[in-house]
Amino acid sequence: MAEVMSMEAIRTEAARLNIDLSGVDWNSIRLPPGEDCGIRSDDDDLNEEDSLEFDAGFGNIIIVDNLPVVPREKFEKLEGVVRKIYSQIGVIKENGLWMPVDEDTGKTRGYCFIEYNTPQEAELAKEKTNGYKLDRAHIFAVNMFDEIDKFMKVPDEWAPPESRPYTPGENLQHWLTDEKGRDQFVIRAGSDTEVLWNDARQVKADPVYKRPFWTESFVQWSPLGTYLATVHRQGAAVWGGASTFNRLMRYAHPQVKLIDFSPGEKYLVTYSSHEPSNPRDTHRVALNIFDVRTGKVMRDFKGSADEFAIGGTGGFTGVSWPVFKWGGGKEDKYFARMGKNVISVYDTESFGLIDKKSIKVENVTDFSWSPTDPIFAIFVPELGGGNQPARVSLFQIPSKVELRQKNLFSVSDCKMYWQSNGEYLAVKVDRYTKTKKSTYTGFELFRIKERDIPIEVFELDNKNDKVISFAWEPKGHRFAVIHGDNPRPDVSFYSVKGGKVSKLTTLKQKQANVLFWSPTGRFIILAGLKGFNGQLEFYNVDELETMATAEHFMATDIEWDPTGRYVATSVTSVHEMENGFNIWSFNGKLLYRILKDHFFQFLWRPRPPSFLSPEKEEEIFKNLKKYSKKYDVQDQDISVLLSEQDREKRKQLKDDWERWVNEWKRYHEQEKIDRQMLRDGEASDVEEEYEAKEIEVEELLDVSEEVIQDA
Amino acid sequence: MVNTGPAPKWPSPVQPSTQHTTYPAQILTSSSNLGFPISIVRKPYNDLVPSILFDPQTKMRPILMKGHERPLTFLKYNRDGDLLFSCAKDHTPTVWFADNGERLGTYRGHNGAVWCCDVSMVIIWFNVNGDSTLLITGSADQSAKLWDVQTGKQLFTFNFDSPARAVDFSVGDKLAVITTDPFMGLTSAIHVKRIAADPDDQIADSVLVLKGPQGRINRAVWGPLNKTIISAGEDAVIRIWDTETGKLLQENEKEVGHKKTITSLAKSTDCSHFLTGSLDKSAKLWDSRTLTLIKTYVTERPVNAVAMSPLLNHVVLGGGQDASAVTTTDHRAGKFEAKFYDKVLQEEIGGVKGHFGPINALAFNPDGKSFSSGGEDGYVRLHHFDPDYFKIPSI
Repeated sequence: MAEVMSMEAIRTEAARLNIDLSGVDWNSIRLPPGEDCGIRSDDDDLNEEDSLEFDAGFGNIIIVDNLPVVPREKFEKLEGVVRKIYSQIGVIKENGLWMPVDEDTGKTRGYCFIEYNTPQEAELAKEKTNGYKLDRAHIFAVNMFDEIDKFMKVPDEWAPPESRPYTPGENLQHWLTDEKGRDQFVIRAGSDTEVLWNDARQVKADPVYKRPFWTESFVQWSPLGTYLATVHRQGAAVWGGASTFNRLMRYAHPQVKLIDFSPGEKYLVTYSSHEPSNPRDTHRVALNIFDVRTGKVMRDFKGSADEFAIGGTGGFTGVSWPVFKWGGGKEDKYFARMGKNVISVYDTESFGLIDKKSIKVENVTDFSWSPTDPIFAIFVPELGGGNQPARVSLFQIPSKVELRQKNLFSVSDCKMYWQSNGEYLAVKVDRYTKTKKSTYTGFELFRIKERDIPIEVFELDNKNDKVISFAWEPKGHRFAVIHGDNPRPDVSFYSVKGGKVSKLTTLKQKQANVLFWSPTGRFIILAGLKGFNGQLEFYNVDELETMATAEHFMATDIEWDPTGRYVATSVTSVHEMENGFNIWSFNGKLLYRILKDHFFQFLWRPRPPSFLSPEKEEEIFKNLKKYSKKYDVQDQDISVLLSEQDREKRKQLKDDWERWVNEWKRYHEQEKIDRQMLRDGEASDVEEEYEAKEIEVEELLDVSEEVIQDA
Repeated sequence: MVNTGPAPKWPSPVQPSTQHTTYPAQILTSSSNLGFPISIVRKPYNDLVPSILFDPQTKMRPILMKGHERPLTFLKYNRDGDLLFSCAKDHTPTVWFADNGERLGTYRGHNGAVWCCDVSMVIIWFNVNGDSTLLITGSADQSAKLWDVQTGKQLFTFNFDSPARAVDFSVGDKLAVITTDPFMGLTSAIHVKRIAADPDDQIADSVLVLKGPQGRINRAVWGPLNKTIISAGEDAVIRIWDTETGKLLQENEKEVGHKKTITSLAKSTDCSHFLTGSLDKSAKLWDSRTLTLIKTYVTERPVNAVAMSPLLNHVVLGGGQDASAVTTTDHRAGKFEAKFYDKVLQEEIGGVKGHFGPINALAFNPDGKSFSSGGEDGYVRLHHFDPDYFKIPSI
């Protein structure tokens, strides 16, 4: 049957069987279902295409429910209204609006189908008109046609969800119990992502887990170090576990580009932007907020890129990440974003706006949360050509009370720096000089924790100096500023203790442009990145002395480990050469370096804050000698062990080498005659000549004359 | 191997170490009035003398030899170590006094870049001026030439259909191996030529032609007793060929071998082992008979040139980034240092800076007391070691 018969052959065959072919309706011939009898239909291709279209075909149809039920005479009017509403959103296909009519009563059934040209339009229509109030009694319920299955399957009777037996989870913070008190870090080089221990005592990195193609763009630790997040085309995923890295949860978000954890790592914000089908439209962005543990979408935001791109100054375009800033410390209570003339603050109980409305602030350009309290600061630049002064205000949430406000005049730019305990807020203010031709810099210091929030104004010794970098000491009361217009700027340290800003010292002419405080304070790295090619100065601010200067040539990134004991400097693949990282001790001693081509990321695994009370910490600090004894002994042991291992290794290497050399000598002897033959009997092998030689070097080190006097 | 004996006590700015103290790596930069920077990094051995190799005060100044107008390609000492032959991309190989860097003469006749040379070990010809040795050069002008070292006279030309690259005399100097590049549809090849006792009897015919490797063969040298030829090149594979039958005897194991083009190859004096340098930023030490990988030296740069000290257990690697990237990056970015490694421990001992641009050629004087480097910058730098160099504790 498989052979193709020509029509001629069929005709003859039919004539033989006495069948009248003219009476046969070819189209009525049906093969048994699911059987092609070996005949390949030439319509197959067509069918496949059809079915494809069928799959995609209903994505562009929506069902609008809760329409008024109207008699025939009002049908056209209703249709007109519906058409008017929905054609504003997108192009409705020809004959794409169908409102079923009950044949018995002649009335509409209270719903209609609308077919758009594209699924995107349908999606948008659903989003925009679901809940649309036509009038008091008719609130539209809009659904995608594709979702109808979902609704059909809803059982009529409610069944209690099955409760699964509790299985204790892994200890996700197991890494903190490391006996040696080491820290972990993740590196990404080439296609590999690798987590390692920083074994500084053994002067090496100890591998924990390695996986090629672990992520498609980058990795990120959660702020308390519990999870490692990876980013994929389909969405984000988090990994963790007691001994190795298992996937704990997935967060579906197609084309996700950026992710951000809330400070208490309860929530994960994902972001994607999509090319519009019509180039004149703006990019569309989508944001999802997931609950990290359950993977549930708590809230999603969609809109055009413009809506989310307000931020920064001077016509800055594009989305500034993170869009949502988290406030209220590690409890993850509030998150907020800045919009045009508004600050929208949401709480995580309802995931809705606080009091259901945003805070209106005309022309706001910057805002930032206190790292610990539900307080945020906003900056509003001058309006009306200086008629209305610029101002910095502090707002408290959820009361939305303005705690403090400061008006500032002839301001060109403003930057806000919170101290990590939320005790101080420093605002760097660039003001125009009288001629408006140049600017100078001043600082406004808010003491948040003091009564009425006193504000202090202070300026650098030379207020015309350009401020290159500013950084608060973490948990401390000091800050450092890099300032100056010279190629080599100065670095100054200030203390705000005792109710007054006082200068501690100024270091002149440093090759530095970025400041890196140790997370425990006290130590700081004055780093000269980019133009300075990776100069490092390790500075002790308690003693006001330089501990060490060093260089990691071409370094692009510097990060302190969460305990402040070690520092990693790395050269990432912005440069072609030198890729890899160095690990330093806090006082600037190079411990080890690892080179990796195509080095992309180095991230220390953060640690959650200590549970010890400040008093307890102080006590430990006081009795440090007592505690450190144990570790000194360990250090000593390891050092002995290392040098022992080292000696062993060297001996091994030496022995191996000797074996080779002896073997070579043996061969060399064996072949001596042959070699002489090759040389026409000339005996002297060059090397033999030298073997006999012994080197004696006599050196006159010193000549001294001494007059010997007779006794 | 000559052992310098136990490390002698010598004046050091670093106080003798107490046991189990780790020292940070010492970096010394000489005072600039010496005119050249030299830095030596020594990783401290836990209970060996932490060493600063060169005392900047007694440091001997390297001799800068400017005779080439184009980047250097190859350097070679004669057996006695009194002459240094240099090849460059200009067309004239040059010979220098290896002691003071004085230029002795040039070999004129090539019409293209000269890639490689070798000088015969034994005196094989007697001419009117007395005895002389033989120089062979391989050039991009599609020829290899034989020269009288003393007179500079061109004795014979082997013509090929593609550029000649590596040349090497066999033990006894009766054979020479010449490699040719892939060119105009021709594949690369290794040619073995018989070198006649009298230049008048010299013929151009090859004794043996070996073909097979893909891409350029950057180096081909004779194995022990002339029984084998060791070749290495662009395909990153080291091959050993039988010189009797022309058969491929061995290829190096893929897993341990180089990952990128092998640029250089240096034999030990007794031919028992050899060192290869590659663009994969490493150099590897191999046994010549079994092709066993013995050591790997890892560096941060592509390696263009390698050399082994005949005296101490040291190897020198030279290289740097691609010449085309030199002008666009910081002069330190490429790190054009000649780097010294401990041959046995595979640890970096120190480096000698100086060239502007990558190092293309390195050679050790057969007495092991000096070495020279040739750079993309067109200079040959001749370094005589300080007395202190010989006091570096080995192992």
